[in-house]
Amino acid sequence: MTAAPADTGTAIGMSGVTVRFTSRRSQTTALDDVSLDIEPGEFVTIVGPSGCGKSTLLKIIAGLVTPTSGAVSLRRRPVRGPQKEIGFVFQKAALLEWRGARANILLQAEMRGMDRALAARRADELIEMTGLTGFEKALPHELSGGMQQRVALCRALLHSPPVLLMDEPFGALDALTREQMNAELHRIWRETDTTVVLVTHSIAEAVFLGTRVVVMSARPGRIIRTFPVELPAHRDYAQVMSDSRFDRLATDLRGLLGSAAANH
Amino acid sequence: MTENALDTAGRRAGSPATGGVGPSPVAGLPPGSGGRPPRPTLGRRAATFADSLWRPALVLAAFVAAWWFVAAREYVPNYLVPTPGQVWETMTGQWSELARHTVVTLYETVFGFVLAAALGLATAVAIAYSRTLDKALYPIVLFAQVIPKIAIAPLLVVWFGLGLTPKIILAVLIAFFPVVISGVAGLRSTDPELLDLAATMGAGPWRTFRKIRFPNALPHLMAGLKVAVTLAVVGAVVGEFVGASEGLGYVLLLANGNLDAPLLFADLILMSAIGIVLFVLVEIAEALLIPWHASRRAGVSLTTS
Ligand SMILES: Nc1ncnc2c1ncn2[C@@H]1O[C@H](COP(=O)(O)OP(=O)(O)OP(=O)(O)O)[C@@H](O)[C@H]1O
Ligand SMILES: [Mg+2]
Repeated sequence: MTAAPADTGTAIGMSGVTVRFTSRRSQTTALDDVSLDIEPGEFVTIVGPSGCGKSTLLKIIAGLVTPTSGAVSLRRRPVRGPQKEIGFVFQKAALLEWRGARANILLQAEMRGMDRALAARRADELIEMTGLTGFEKALPHELSGGMQQRVALCRALLHSPPVLLMDEPFGALDALTREQMNAELHRIWRETDTTVVLVTHSIAEAVFLGTRVVVMSARPGRIIRTFPVELPAHRDYAQVMSDSRFDRLATDLRGLLGSAAANH
Repeated sequence: MTENALDTAGRRAGSPATGGVGPSPVAGLPPGSGGRPPRPTLGRRAATFADSLWRPALVLAAFVAAWWFVAAREYVPNYLVPTPGQVWETMTGQWSELARHTVVTLYETVFGFVLAAALGLATAVAIAYSRTLDKALYPIVLFAQVIPKIAIAPLLVVWFGLGLTPKIILAVLIAFFPVVISGVAGLRSTDPELLDLAATMGAGPWRTFRKIRFPNALPHLMAGLKVAVTLAVVGAVVGEFVGASEGLGYVLLLANGNLDAPLLFADLILMSAIGIVLFVLVEIAEALLIPWHASRRAGVSLTTS
């Protein structure tokens, strides 16, 4: 891990964040008065109908979008401009089409001026972990959508960021690979003191991974409810799926999401 | 060649995934479905090149045959259209003279092209990066393009004399525009998400330019350079028309004045040859610089981009 001192207080703080996009023809309120505090080491998953501002929320935390009003802090420092103590997995894989998989992962190291040998070793570990072995040199257009997402994931993990922001990172994966990636991400989170915010459309994923599930309403995006996930910190995929607490929470979420989408 | 391909294939197939590393190892994910399609090798590229060549070669041969037929039968008098044989004789007979003039025109063209590429790229970067410079420079670039540059040629000769300078300047002026336009288009085509990504990596503008924006702009830019290099020939020759004591444009005027049709034709062929050779050189540079782009459109003819 990077030399992050044991965190105290909030890792991510948002209070009264409103985002309005103004174009020539229309005005869209993407987020409306969103407040959310995330403790260090938490794993917060965000679910909500399409277009409700989930991606915008992540970009606000990363400092890539400036809120119209409200305050944002990351690791107790106010967010002004792009933050670099994070790993960001974008909704689209956002790979450089002229670089092979491994070189795309190593972009992170080059842009940050990390130690080459260290980065190379770490990249190889991540490639093996995500099952990309054999495709190190493949260009993005030679990779499947799911593989591209895995490359983007490796890239975001390369520098062991204290805060990881992920926007539907496993959307293009088949069910089995998705479970394996979920388990892998859970392990990484457990073994490090990373704070994770993950946006997903999968209720199972949200519950399996999260220590807290945040449900957002349709546009304008508001936080309707936050569910603590009362499952052990160390989770096994099969066990969680057969746990009655999982079932109950999943049902609640489904109901809430259904009504949120109906209000749309 | 083949050995090389086999070697990479072997390495790809090797080292199966060996599972996760932590306390709860997740079994290695299904190792994809076999390998990926091999990158086109140099041999295969040469083959596609040859394949793309034979059709135009055939058309060209038919054209020369028709020319020969018409000229040899004197359907058109030889002082207007010489036979290919006569042209060949002139070309070989006056080769040392012609070669000297070709080198002059080639020099002006290449010099002008390189300058246009450098200035054009710099301008494109300025326009793509700065809103103010965009507003200040773009209209001027556009205006400069609208002025018929051929009409400026006499002025340039008055200003800079009969030497190489006015020809090079004219070549630059003509070749500049496509470089700027393609450069700006290329630099602007960067996916905003990639720029966001660079920002979260804490990279400064120079690293972002070098690692993301410039490589991303290369396909556009190379297309512009291909247009520019053929235009640079035009600029150099027009410059020579207006006032020169050497170069293929000068020879052309001379041949025209003397009604020396074979020399005129030989001269035209050499001018075209300069254009074609330089174009092909830029295309080779493109293949070397952006193989990823070429491999994306593998199978598509090499000469259309
Ligand atoms: N740069 C922008 N300019 C204008 N409007 C935007 C911009 N980015 C997002 N929006 C609008 O803000 C709203 C929220 O967008 P956002 O991408 O955050 O949704 P989302 O929850 O991530 O949706 P999805 O689940 O489909 O990815 C949408 O209505 C979208 O049209
Ligand atoms: Mg989104």
